[in-house]
Amino acid sequence: MKVKVKVVLKDGILDPQGKAVLHAINDLKFKGVNDVRIGKYIELIFDGLEKSQVESEIQEICQKLLANPVMENFEYEIEESA
Amino acid sequence: MKIAIIVFPGSNCDHDAYYVFKKIFNKPTEFVWHKETNLDPYDIIVLPGGFSYGDYLRCGAIARFSPVMKEVIEKSKSGAKIIGICNGFQILTESGLLPGALTMNKNRQFICKDVRLKVENSETIFTQLCNKDDILTVPIAHSEGNYYCSDDQLSELKNNNQIVFKYCTKDGNISSEANPNGSIDNIAGIINKQGNVLGMMPHPERNAELLLGNADGIKILTSLLKSIDGN
Repeated sequence: MKVKVKVVLKDGILDPQGKAVLHAINDLKFKGVNDVRIGKYIELIFDGLEKSQVESEIQEICQKLLANPVMENFEYEIEESA
Repeated sequence: MKIAIIVFPGSNCDHDAYYVFKKIFNKPTEFVWHKETNLDPYDIIVLPGGFSYGDYLRCGAIARFSPVMKEVIEKSKSGAKIIGICNGFQILTESGLLPGALTMNKNRQFICKDVRLKVENSETIFTQLCNKDDILTVPIAHSEGNYYCSDDQLSELKNNNQIVFKYCTKDGNISSEANPNGSIDNIAGIINKQGNVLGMMPHPERNAELLLGNADGIKILTSLLKSIDGN
């Protein structure tokens, strides 16, 4: 079972990388982009667990390790076919 | 008295810290590998600077789960004196021993230079040899030293007098031009509520003797030793 995790900075927290990319986009003369936020994408492959178990494990893994709750939010998607 | 310098894979200021405590202060000092689970022999625990676990995921995020950290957390409850410098500070926030988080410098650069620090609280075991508003010159060397915390956490830090050092100009002004990395409220170092755990981004162990230009860092480390030795 594949779990796709996204970790993003909370709103209001400065994202210097995002700002740099935004400047580059503006330099390329694209007009429509107003802000850029850069986060992390993490894939985890689970084996031998029921979906409900995966769900509770991934929740804890995200809270404990993958995201820092002081400054980051996370979301995940469980892909059963994989 | 015995001092532990915790060594994580990727620590690189462990030898600087060891040198100061062992060679300058002549105190019993030992390197302690991060797999150790007993810190009972030690009165002072140093979490040194560096790039533990290559700064993977987030600075300090993986080191925080090293076996030794469980013991560091236990020892902090019983009043052991703990100082986290640079990556050590990041590990302390990740482990929840100190509030807030350290994130990427506002200018996206690794900054390595001397900065001025204003002593905001001289009534800690780490600053007892300083006076309030003293200005210290101490080097920084980091990419992720931008201190962040929520508004509530910030008011709590202020109310409990937990902000120990702030970045300032050479005249002591706490202004945005004195802020090297974008830290909230120019915060460079904080202490826990109990007063036995200090985290700071600047490196006092890197300028602890005059040979290296100035020795302001030694005031912090001497204060710490005095809290145990009494002299």
